[in-house]
Amino acid sequence: MNFDLTEERQMLQDTLRRFLKDRYTTENRNKIIESEAGFSADIWTGLAELGVIGALFGEDHGGFGGAGFDIAVVFEELGRAGVVEPFLDTAILGGGLIAALGTDDQQAMVEQVIGGGLHLAFAHGEPTSRYDLSRVQTTAKAEDDGIVLNGRKAVVANAEAAGHLIVSARESGAADDEAGISLFLVPAEAKGLTLRGYPMLSGGRAAEVTLDDVRLPTSARLGAAGDAFGAIATQVAAANVALAAETLGAMETATELTRDYLMTRKQFGRPIGTFQALAHRFSDLLIELEQARSAVINAAGHLDTADRDRQIASARNLIGRAGRLVAEESIQMHGGIAMTQEYELAHIAKRIVMNDHRFGDTDYHLERFIALSAA
Amino acid sequence: MDLSYSPEDIAFRDEVRAFLAEKLPKDTAEKIRNGEELGKEGQERWHALLNEKGWLAPNWPKEFGGAEWNAVQRHIFEEECAFANAPRIVPFGLSMLAPVLQKFGSKAQCDHYLPRILDGTDWWCQGYSEPGAGSDLASLKTRAVREGDHYIVNGQKTWTTLGQYADWIFCLVRTDPDAKQQEGISFLLIDMATPGVEVRPIILLDGTHEVNEVWFTDVKVPVENLVGEENKGWTYAKYLLTHERTNIAGVGASAAGLDAVKRMARAEMSGGKPLMQNPQFAARIAQVEIDLMAMSTTNLRIISKAAVGQAPGVEASMLKVKGTIIRQEINDLARRAAGPYAMPFASEMVEGDNDPIGPDYAGPVAAQYFNYRKLSIFGGSNEIQRGIIAKVKMGG
Ligand SMILES: Cc1cc2nc3c(=O)[nH]c(=O)nc-3n(C[C@H](O)[C@H](O)[C@H](O)COP(=O)(O)OP(=O)(O)OC[C@H]3O[C@@H](n4cnc5c(N)ncnc54)[C@H](O)[C@@H]3O)c2cc1C
Repeated sequence: MNFDLTEERQMLQDTLRRFLKDRYTTENRNKIIESEAGFSADIWTGLAELGVIGALFGEDHGGFGGAGFDIAVVFEELGRAGVVEPFLDTAILGGGLIAALGTDDQQAMVEQVIGGGLHLAFAHGEPTSRYDLSRVQTTAKAEDDGIVLNGRKAVVANAEAAGHLIVSARESGAADDEAGISLFLVPAEAKGLTLRGYPMLSGGRAAEVTLDDVRLPTSARLGAAGDAFGAIATQVAAANVALAAETLGAMETATELTRDYLMTRKQFGRPIGTFQALAHRFSDLLIELEQARSAVINAAGHLDTADRDRQIASARNLIGRAGRLVAEESIQMHGGIAMTQEYELAHIAKRIVMNDHRFGDTDYHLERFIALSAA
Repeated sequence: MDLSYSPEDIAFRDEVRAFLAEKLPKDTAEKIRNGEELGKEGQERWHALLNEKGWLAPNWPKEFGGAEWNAVQRHIFEEECAFANAPRIVPFGLSMLAPVLQKFGSKAQCDHYLPRILDGTDWWCQGYSEPGAGSDLASLKTRAVREGDHYIVNGQKTWTTLGQYADWIFCLVRTDPDAKQQEGISFLLIDMATPGVEVRPIILLDGTHEVNEVWFTDVKVPVENLVGEENKGWTYAKYLLTHERTNIAGVGASAAGLDAVKRMARAEMSGGKPLMQNPQFAARIAQVEIDLMAMSTTNLRIISKAAVGQAPGVEASMLKVKGTIIRQEINDLARRAAGPYAMPFASEMVEGDNDPIGPDYAGPVAAQYFNYRKLSIFGGSNEIQRGIIAKVKMGG
């Protein structure tokens, strides 16, 4: 057993932390969040040049990482700095799906993603699918020589910036069947594709996507017809590792800010951290933080194993609970200052809590864990 | 012991319902339901409608134009208002300053200010907290120095709720820097239009402009704006703080909030079934509902013990702690229930595009969840309340 990072990953962590510490200040980030694009193209290119995106792909796809621990290292750092740039959507989900299923031609896009030149979005969830991964009612019908897509996709992160949307659609089967789901590469300029964009509460942008007779050539299909569910589940598993790690990083920042504040804020003539009522609760946060760290290690370490899904459900349930505690208690122990947009913790707390709304919340993952443990 | 409403109570409830159905403006209720900011006009409209009916000041004695309702009536009114999505009346003038003036103010002050609070002429805000004086309020530094017929005020207040709308601010200021902390504080009424008063916005984490910094630079305040005696302000402030806590259980708001969560959970589908039928979510709802049922009775027990116009003691602290825990739990449930549609930032929507992004109930819930973290921070934080309970009960 060895819980140390490899030398490469340690270097990646150090470089990333330094870059973000210099460039991703609270003030800069607040500007980025309020900007029209919702993210910074400069930061994106800068991080791509550092190799951050390459670290998320395996060598056979032009990257130099791609394992669970690579994802965890990168996203923990992104989480620490409260980064809103869409690495999850463009790289893990979009790029990951193309890498897993793409033809040689389609794989060219992965190279572009790694270089920082292409954005992607995964248009999968629908207005009534909530967190159910196999519930797809958008349809794909063969017509003439091509395919016609119709349907609606909900809260598609990064849709507006994406050069291509990776859209899931049903070619056969009932609304909840795993079989019968295909993926399609839909170019942003496709006719019949409409986006209604909006900012998200914890930064970044998303859109409601309408597909109204979107016509595609069959070469737009990613992987075999009706057979995409396995790849979707695998990439969503990777996304869950990323989200868990990102939340962990944000929890680290929240507890660090809280520690500093408890030591410096004075009321009644003494630092508030000397009140035992707060000191004990702060200690509880640190205990939960270490639990969360182990949960991320468990999930990342099992990403390529048979026990993947149970480990991931367990990690996201634990981090959902611990994250909420850290966010709420950090705010509470700060008092009014934490309620202000200007203060670092406000954004960090939002990241922590709102991550619980992507790819399953605490309750969803508990149910998954129960079901998978019984199996 | 009798847990049921008397026929008079039921008649009163029906009267309140009828009034709300008839008078509460539809667009106002809609805004409250959607968690939108009401703005000054919206608040003033509802304020005026209640005043017209004589229901604006439930806690005030009749001699000052109050309704003098008993505890059960106040409870009924609060609950019905919450269910109807009526705005919460801004408390600073009505339930904070007024009781202080009625008990400690001069006749001239009562005659001048109280009618203006009722008819909405003056919008008041509360100038207690300072950057360095939050929980430790008595350490406040804003200085008032007597010069002839005036006090000259210098310093800064912060977290001033809706100060951007206010005509007047009631402040705690230091008049004797050499006395023991609590003994050098005075209670001063300051016209916000006086030269040297500056209001700067603070944006909260949900993007709302709800609080402000208020700066004072050589502000001249006539001595007749002093309430009670000089250097006795702390006594008045403590009296006010207990009043601030009387309605703090927020039972009505919790009941309405829980109702809204249930509606959401019936509409949301999870795994092919309504979320309401999901055993875990149903258990979460049941747990809060059980707490709230008991809380509602605790609230009635406590407030019915206190006579009209009086504030309960240490029990108020208990109500505040438990009441805010329950309200925050309900906000958390609402956020969860909305699923992925909790993520869009509704208040930042493109102008002129008012269609909700997902189901209409989902828009405000996450922002509200964050905004309502304030409930356990302001009005004496839950830690401070627990300190009070322990101190009183252990005879400290
Ligand atoms: C949205 C909002 C609106 C507000 N509106 C107003 C207003 O209109 N007018 C006004 O005057 N004020 C207002 N306040 C201020 C509010 O009353 C203060 O925030 C509150 O008193 C806490 O002070 P603080 O924020 O400085 O936190 P601090 O006092 O610095 O407290 C920080 C943390 O330490 C804890 N703590 C402090 N002392 C102790 C102790 N002895 N034992 C254990 N724990 C302790 C606190 O509970 C808190 O968790 C508002 C605040 C908010 C957030």
